[in-house]
Amino acid sequence: MERAMTLTRGIGFGELVGQRVKTGQLATVDANKIELRNFGFHYGSFQAIRNVSMSMPAHRVTAIIGPSGCGKSTLLRSINRMHDATEGARAEGELRLDGINVYDPSVDSVLLRRRVGMVFQRPNPFQLSIFENVAYGLRVLGIRNRTTLAERVEQSLRRAALWDEVKDRLHSSFGTALSGGQQQRLCIARAIATNPEVILMDEPCSALDPIASLKIEDLIYDLREQFTIIIVTHNMQQAARVSDITAFMLMNREKRYGELIESGPTDELFTKPSDKRTEDYISGQFG
Amino acid sequence: MRTFNYRRRKLVDQLMRGLSALATGCAVIPLIAIIGYVLTIGSGAMSWSFFTDVYQPPSNAPEATADAPAVAYDPNDPFANLTVEPEAGTTGSTEDVTNVYNASPRGGVLHGILGTLTIAGIGLLFALPIGIFAGIYLSEFRNERFATIVRFCCDVLSGSPSIVAGVTIYVLVVLQTQQFSAVAGSMALAILMIPIVTRTTEEMLKLVPETMREAARGLGAPTWYSTFTVVLPAALPGIVTGVMLAFARGAGETAPLILTVLGSNIISTDIFKPMAALPLLTYRYTESPYPGENTQAWGAAFVLMMLVLLMNILVRVATRKSGGNSR
Repeated sequence: MERAMTLTRGIGFGELVGQRVKTGQLATVDANKIELRNFGFHYGSFQAIRNVSMSMPAHRVTAIIGPSGCGKSTLLRSINRMHDATEGARAEGELRLDGINVYDPSVDSVLLRRRVGMVFQRPNPFQLSIFENVAYGLRVLGIRNRTTLAERVEQSLRRAALWDEVKDRLHSSFGTALSGGQQQRLCIARAIATNPEVILMDEPCSALDPIASLKIEDLIYDLREQFTIIIVTHNMQQAARVSDITAFMLMNREKRYGELIESGPTDELFTKPSDKRTEDYISGQFG
Repeated sequence: MRTFNYRRRKLVDQLMRGLSALATGCAVIPLIAIIGYVLTIGSGAMSWSFFTDVYQPPSNAPEATADAPAVAYDPNDPFANLTVEPEAGTTGSTEDVTNVYNASPRGGVLHGILGTLTIAGIGLLFALPIGIFAGIYLSEFRNERFATIVRFCCDVLSGSPSIVAGVTIYVLVVLQTQQFSAVAGSMALAILMIPIVTRTTEEMLKLVPETMREAARGLGAPTWYSTFTVVLPAALPGIVTGVMLAFARGAGETAPLILTVLGSNIISTDIFKPMAALPLLTYRYTESPYPGENTQAWGAAFVLMMLVLLMNILVRVATRKSGGNSR
């Protein structure tokens, strides 16, 4: 019940951050962080995904794979309600974060997003200095103390394996002036600076070259000790490399909505998929 | 058949190209002609005192020196320094009239420069907060039906004749307070500036990629916070251009000022009293019977043009420094 409180309105920033540290330590590895039950999503009259039921364990990397248009991104973005601003967007079923349905009217989407951070397909740093980019989320939380900010920014940049490359120009260089791969690591640093519980990654490597992609993959692997990571990817090898759990989605050909075909431990899904369609897709026999 | 078609196509292509070039030339001719004409004639009025002095009545008396200071003109008591003695350098005969008529222009437009900066500046102070916040509303928090109405009203307002704004303020402010004043002029100019600022702000904010808003939203930033920390700074150079456009529009307006600030021959620091402005000086000097003042009308127009140009350059340089990075 205490967890329920942190999602609803009226909780101070400090309390929210304090709560986060405590739960981070307490979280058991096998607990399911996110659970979906008959979850579906509509854009106006168009149903994008339907009837998705699965769980995403805490401190694990869950990969969502599938062909274009199967609703992977919609599913990912519905976890932190990024669609709230879209006209006519509507969810059905349940999407529970630590047992709380995030689509419950009492849940405040701004507070939800402070617990569920996000990294986007294209690196999207702000037109601010590197330091201010990472500090942005902290400032949103109301942290003004210079020492605290500096510490948290350094810590986040180190965790995002970017510190050594930018430490000499934190204030003098714009985030937008970095290379593509560095920008994406900057965005990851920005997302982890506020210590969210869950990090959503929407094809974080699709705009990057193979070397930059590998760096991000290493990073994802390291970060799962502290965060629960959900990653959407086109790249099956990447899913096999970084994830513990894989979910395979496909668009229903007749009804045009995305549905979950199967989900399970990555090893099992890639070696002995239980569904013929999964096997076709991962073996490349899919149109 | 094939050759014929080819030749015809080539011919039509060249014809159309020629016509477009001709039309472009015709469109630029007035602009170049105006600038050139103002430059040539206006430069005749240029002198150091044109920028440092205020209005001086036409006279062929020698320029004031330390030994013989010019007779001060006191607008509150115009007859105070009036003497029956003929001025130095005149004989008191009718020839003097011709001499004064043909005298080279004296005095300057400093009062007009300061007045225009004051009136347009205060007008911008009124228009900026309203215009920018309205633009933010239209782009970031819109309620589509209300936004359509507001947008339509803005477009109508920015297309309406400026004298309408002048008459409105004349009736609502000047007649009510029984006083022509610089502030009333600023209000009239603000009416003309608001739609420009609103629409440019809206358009510039819409150009900011949605990914920027998403990034901030994903970090748990409320819309107002991301608007002021991310979206607005990214759109700033464009918004500044719009603001400069509004300032230029305001600085160049004559009709609303005739009905609100009236004009003045001295440097006035009281914004609740009539004030001089460059377009007003241009207008008054054009009507003057003295050829010297006619020349000064061109000079005032030239200074006005340069003033707007200078402001543009200054603001652009200032904003380039803060937002200066290539994507």
